[in-house]
Amino acid sequence: MPKYYQPEIETMPYDELRALQNERLVKQVRHVWDNVPYYRKKMEEKGVTPEDIQSVDDLYKLPFLCKDDLREAYPYGLKGAPLSDCVRIHSTSGTTGKRVVAFYTQHDIDLWDDCCARALVAAGATKEDICHIAYGFGLFTGGAGLNGGSHKVGCLTLPMSSGNTDRQLQFMTDLGSTILCCTPSYAAYLAESIHEQGLRDQIKLKAGIFGAEAWSEDMRHDIENKLGIKAYDIYGLTETSGPGVAFECSEQTGMHINEDHFIAEIIDPDTGEVLPEGSKGELVFTAITKEAFPLLRYRTRDICILSRKKCTCGRTHIKMSKPMGRSDDMLIIRGINVFPSQIETVLLQQGYPANYQIIVDRVNNSDTFEVMVEMNPEMFSDSLAKIASAEKKLVEALKAMLGIAAKVKLVAPKTITRSEGKAVRVIDRRKI
Amino acid sequence: MSIHQISVFLENRTGQLSEITRLLAENHIDIRAISIAETADYGLARMIVDDAPKASNILLQHGDILSMTPVWAVEVPDRPAGLADLLAVLAESHIDVEYMYSLFTHRDGYAYMVLRVSEEEKLATTLSAHGIKIVSADELGLK
Repeated sequence: MPKYYQPEIETMPYDELRALQNERLVKQVRHVWDNVPYYRKKMEEKGVTPEDIQSVDDLYKLPFLCKDDLREAYPYGLKGAPLSDCVRIHSTSGTTGKRVVAFYTQHDIDLWDDCCARALVAAGATKEDICHIAYGFGLFTGGAGLNGGSHKVGCLTLPMSSGNTDRQLQFMTDLGSTILCCTPSYAAYLAESIHEQGLRDQIKLKAGIFGAEAWSEDMRHDIENKLGIKAYDIYGLTETSGPGVAFECSEQTGMHINEDHFIAEIIDPDTGEVLPEGSKGELVFTAITKEAFPLLRYRTRDICILSRKKCTCGRTHIKMSKPMGRSDDMLIIRGINVFPSQIETVLLQQGYPANYQIIVDRVNNSDTFEVMVEMNPEMFSDSLAKIASAEKKLVEALKAMLGIAAKVKLVAPKTITRSEGKAVRVIDRRKI
Repeated sequence: MSIHQISVFLENRTGQLSEITRLLAENHIDIRAISIAETADYGLARMIVDDAPKASNILLQHGDILSMTPVWAVEVPDRPAGLADLLAVLAESHIDVEYMYSLFTHRDGYAYMVLRVSEEEKLATTLSAHGIKIVSADELGLK
């Protein structure tokens, strides 16, 4: 069984890998300078030219990009290739109304699929496998990324998308799925359903690749035990392509970052200063091969640690820890990015006061999401039907903005907890 | 002539209604009718009180969310079919009842219903054509 999808790259000695990164970075900075006026302006403001970037050592000279830049440059401002060369978009939440839109050329998709194929092979996939993809398909990157990777490996690919659990279980048992790809919470839910329906003997799963949200070692063991599989983590974000930026190998002590495509840095989120290897800080990515959406020094807001410690799997690419938190207020609920500011925007649009509280919990390995909203005189009526219909409109508007359903709870004014005069907007009871 | 109804938002929490009625009691407000409507998560109390402007000020100061709505008090003979006859008249005239509850007041063989209907203007003419009396705030001793 092959251990690697692209052995020459995945096990490339560090010096060669670094040389490859240097070469690609220099070329990419020139590509961005020539094709992305938005970033060129940022470089000019910082007094940096492409000539200043001769190797990875010069990376720190480049300006950062963050989620606000994506909003400002929406929709085409950060596109690095002519529209005629772009073949697809994917999209994720922005901080308020505007979403993040990422572009792909065919070449970008090809390299992204390679990254996902590496993750699948690391989890033991071969062309004999049946790969069951229960990530959402659509604007979300999860389904498309693993689908492309699975094709590359040559697995029989089941593009199930998420939801419709009965159909998932039917295909899983009838067709004999061997590899499951979905969010860890959905994997836990499927595991629970398999257990309840007594289907454990009828499933042939051997491995799972679960990402797009935070999950604990306890949850890993729970899924592994219930399904009788080995569960692997995968990391990525729409801004850099999608899943497959980093993936777990058999050692499961962190995720190898595909360094031939992405240069990773850890910075101090407050000062922006680059921190030495092993420090805990904010993860920053520079995409060195992407054509259509070539983000340089993109601040992920994920807090983690990088390690170049030799890995028993033989891969030489640097490893990142599971994200340990965020340097902003973004929440990941059922795999979907949620910003409190999005909720505030909807409340104001719908006529409710912007005094709210988000309560997130994890019950039976699945995220619950409740928004407490204070009633105000404008939204109050002597008719329960009117109150309920406004509430229904609010629920629908939240769903449209966030992409996931929230339970709304209307509460009396001034009941939302304030600590030291500052309202507590988020209560996250999940123990991850 | 319509009368004032005060509706108060009730969070689903033990003691909230008790708090509100106690507050009105301390301010010598007499509740003349009350009705509660609820969902799983919240509810509202609709009330007719003897001094609506005073009661609403007190509740607002207390931080409650409320609304004042004009509703109709209708005299109903206190006998079997009294209410059925009234509702038959409304149904024949295609007037929808949004909600209804009774006043505690009871006199001379009559009870009084509080009505909120779809077509307010039609209500008065329809009822008077059938000899059914709408009672005013003054007649009920309400401010």
